[in-house]
Amino acid sequence: RRRAMGRAMGLAGLLVGLCLVSAVLVSTSLRHGAPRTQPAPEPAAWELAWDPVPEDSLWPLPQELRTSRRQLRLVPARFQLVHGAGSSAGPGCGLLQDAFRRYYEYMFGQSRRGKRGRRPLGAPAEPELSQLQVVIESREPGCDSYPHLASSEAYHLTVAEPVAILKAVEVWGALRGLETFSQLVHENDYGSFLVNESEIDDFPRFAHRGILLDTSRHYLPLKSILTNLDAMAFNKFNVLHWHIVDDQSFPYQSAYFPELSDKGAYSYNHIYTPTDVHLVIEYARLRGIRVIPEFDTPGHTQSWGKGQKDLLTPCYNGEQPTGSFGPVNPILNTTYDFMTKFFKEISSVFPDAYIHLGGDEVDFDCWKSNPEVNEFMKKQGFGTDYAKLESYYIQKILDIVSSYNKGYMVWQEVFDNKAQLKPDTVVEVWMENNYAHELSSVTGAGFTAILAAPWYLDYISYGQDWKKYYSVEPLDFPGSEKQKKLLIGGEACLWGEFVDATNLTPRLWPRASAVGERLWSSSNVTDLQDAYKRLTNHRCRML
Amino acid sequence: AENEQARETPCTQLLVFVATPGCDGFPSLDSKEGYKLFVSEGSLLLTADAIWGALRGLETFSQLVGRDENGTYYINKTEIVDFPRFAHRGLLLDTSRHYLPLRAILETLDVMAYNKFNVFHWHIVDDPSFPYESMTFPELSKQGAFNAMTHVYTASDVQTVIEYARLRGIRVIAEFDTPGHTLSWGPGAPGLLTPCYLGKDPSGTYGPINPILNSTYQFVTSLFQEVSAVFPDFFLHLGGDEVDFTCWKSNPKIRAFMKEMGFGEDYKKLESFYMQRLLDIISSLGKGYIVWQEVFDNGVKVRPDTVIHVWKNSTPYMEEMANVTKAGYRALLSAPWYLNRISYGQDWMAAYQVEPLKFEGVAEQKDRVIGGEACMWGEYVDVTNLAPRLW
Repeated sequence: RRRAMGRAMGLAGLLVGLCLVSAVLVSTSLRHGAPRTQPAPEPAAWELAWDPVPEDSLWPLPQELRTSRRQLRLVPARFQLVHGAGSSAGPGCGLLQDAFRRYYEYMFGQSRRGKRGRRPLGAPAEPELSQLQVVIESREPGCDSYPHLASSEAYHLTVAEPVAILKAVEVWGALRGLETFSQLVHENDYGSFLVNESEIDDFPRFAHRGILLDTSRHYLPLKSILTNLDAMAFNKFNVLHWHIVDDQSFPYQSAYFPELSDKGAYSYNHIYTPTDVHLVIEYARLRGIRVIPEFDTPGHTQSWGKGQKDLLTPCYNGEQPTGSFGPVNPILNTTYDFMTKFFKEISSVFPDAYIHLGGDEVDFDCWKSNPEVNEFMKKQGFGTDYAKLESYYIQKILDIVSSYNKGYMVWQEVFDNKAQLKPDTVVEVWMENNYAHELSSVTGAGFTAILAAPWYLDYISYGQDWKKYYSVEPLDFPGSEKQKKLLIGGEACLWGEFVDATNLTPRLWPRASAVGERLWSSSNVTDLQDAYKRLTNHRCRML
Repeated sequence: AENEQARETPCTQLLVFVATPGCDGFPSLDSKEGYKLFVSEGSLLLTADAIWGALRGLETFSQLVGRDENGTYYINKTEIVDFPRFAHRGLLLDTSRHYLPLRAILETLDVMAYNKFNVFHWHIVDDPSFPYESMTFPELSKQGAFNAMTHVYTASDVQTVIEYARLRGIRVIAEFDTPGHTLSWGPGAPGLLTPCYLGKDPSGTYGPINPILNSTYQFVTSLFQEVSAVFPDFFLHLGGDEVDFTCWKSNPKIRAFMKEMGFGEDYKKLESFYMQRLLDIISSLGKGYIVWQEVFDNGVKVRPDTVIHVWKNSTPYMEEMANVTKAGYRALLSAPWYLNRISYGQDWMAAYQVEPLKFEGVAEQKDRVIGGEACMWGEYVDVTNLAPRLW
């Protein structure tokens, strides 16, 4: 829950609420320099001089923004977020109703609602803004549907008396616009809520703006995930890439294969039931966030083997099985029977058009050691090229998933190892070494790409590393206009080896915010000093 | 069967036997923290020379108690003889770079007790803010805190911390770092800091404490009179690190003073001049002191019972430990334990593998290493991330 903005932030930043970030890198002499040899100037003039510039607190920065010094006042007891005339959405639109309440609370805090304050002594200086009207323009507003890659997130916001108007093609744009509007509302020194007259035209630069959470290395309780979805909405992220299972644990409770989590989860307390999963999907939907699950195979599957006998390849030492297991066994029919049934369930549980199928870091040692696998390699004429075996497996999985009418995302190895991919496959580039080159290759081959490589936020380091993430320019790779269009966005990844509910939030935020602006705002929004100013305000607001 | 019987007779009491009374006192460097724990059928006994040892023993006892699948609490037959290798085991918190609400400090003290830390090094003020509410100089926090209403430690807060710590056998050593790291002192104490010059004119900015004015020493005396009374521990940390000479050099009055004193161009001598007078003031107040290593490195004349705090990682710190102890001073090690310097992975291992006595020196030297401190500087730390970053 955010709290309403503290006191007006003067340029010197001295007068403050909870969160003045001490600018250690900025000369502190700015603040404690000149002795008070002159009397403080008249309050009125001083207040005008130190009025916050509305842009000081917007994150991510909108595409087009015009503000004036003229301020309007909001009275919590009277201010309303409503559906405007001509909107294709109305009171029946649960998604917007929910958003209205949520944003009202963000702006004014819970206590003020309905409380009638005393009439102010003297005429109020600013005219009152009584409403924000939301108008959805498309005939299909999308109230009951799920967001997808092609959803429109554009909005146009006009803040002027007596009512502000938020126009959007679909409800998703309205959600983005509500977030921005809430960022414009600030509290002055006297506790009044003000907003500057403004006009904003905004839309995201990239359509896929994701956060990856890893719930296998460490289980993340539902609360953590939901809090994270809130934070994502503050930053206009629109994809939760849920890396739900991996080697270490299998917390996903499957209806068809309950043994997977029975045997593979850390404990019965470390499970996501179907109800939990639906809750995450719906909570995300109400914030315009897609949930793309990742069931990573054939590597990263140790935990699957606990509850599914014969799924994984038995490793050998000479003639004898060692007792340990490797990747999914690609030579057995039972494997594909299992996957067919398993992905049928996944396809129906997760409504997004895409499923992430993983395909990264497959270690060939175990396959090499297994005599039956080698026999198979021979029969198939793969020689000693195990990448071919990997592709053979992936191909079959891709076909299975396609048959359920889902698109798929894969890690870059699947492309690198030359599996045959459907044209609408999304390839996720994650290897840091020379990722620009990889982006060229992927888009050059005609595939859609998303960028994660420079944004592994689990790699912590001392100091203001947000700057490094902010400075990435995703389109900085050799390629034609057409190729550049194939880069549809990126993801900030928080792998879970050293992350659990005790440290997730401070580790991910506000560093991920840097990625959020990079993916939403225009490519020329690169000034680090301006970003620092806005980001510090934004962080305090998020708290 | 024997095991079953032992389990069936539940142990009902842990007897705590303390040889020397002293429940109402404060822990000190010399406090005895040794204890013995005997767990056998029908008898749970914790003995210690002093109450501080009893606290340590209780923590250990609580760590031995397990719970089985049926929910039954049990404890294994055990015999423990325990005492700390080093007498000064500290944690530094920085409440100037970011204010830490009282609850964050108290929570930290709890976790310190779980880990048998016994010194809370409170780096309470610094350049960015002055949250310590002084009754002698109320303007210091009024002008120097981030917010004089909300981001301050009242006298009551300070007493709460000291008592909460005492109940856990933790000493509170306050650090009022001078002459550098004092920008936040300026607004509330006009004339204290050195005005910097641009050519012939004051630039409007300020530097370290002005060492040439009598008023400085009057101020320092009064402030430390208060601090000495407020903080019961024998030791005060006086800082003395990272003094930037640029401002002093720019100030004509200071340059004149340097000439007068025959210091030449060696501003370390001016720094020493200040430190020496400060240390004398503190001594006269009946307190001992800990200083950062620069005070030793720059040849300041310090009392033999001074503790030198080794923090610089840029030079081989083990050499510094050797030099400090060779010169006869006691040493505290922090250099390899700057926990604010985060990095990816299991960095606890690097901290764990430090061997504080791994330097060339005789036994008497090694004895002078009284311990060390883990430091959590606050540039990037506040209540939202303190606990997971520190523990």
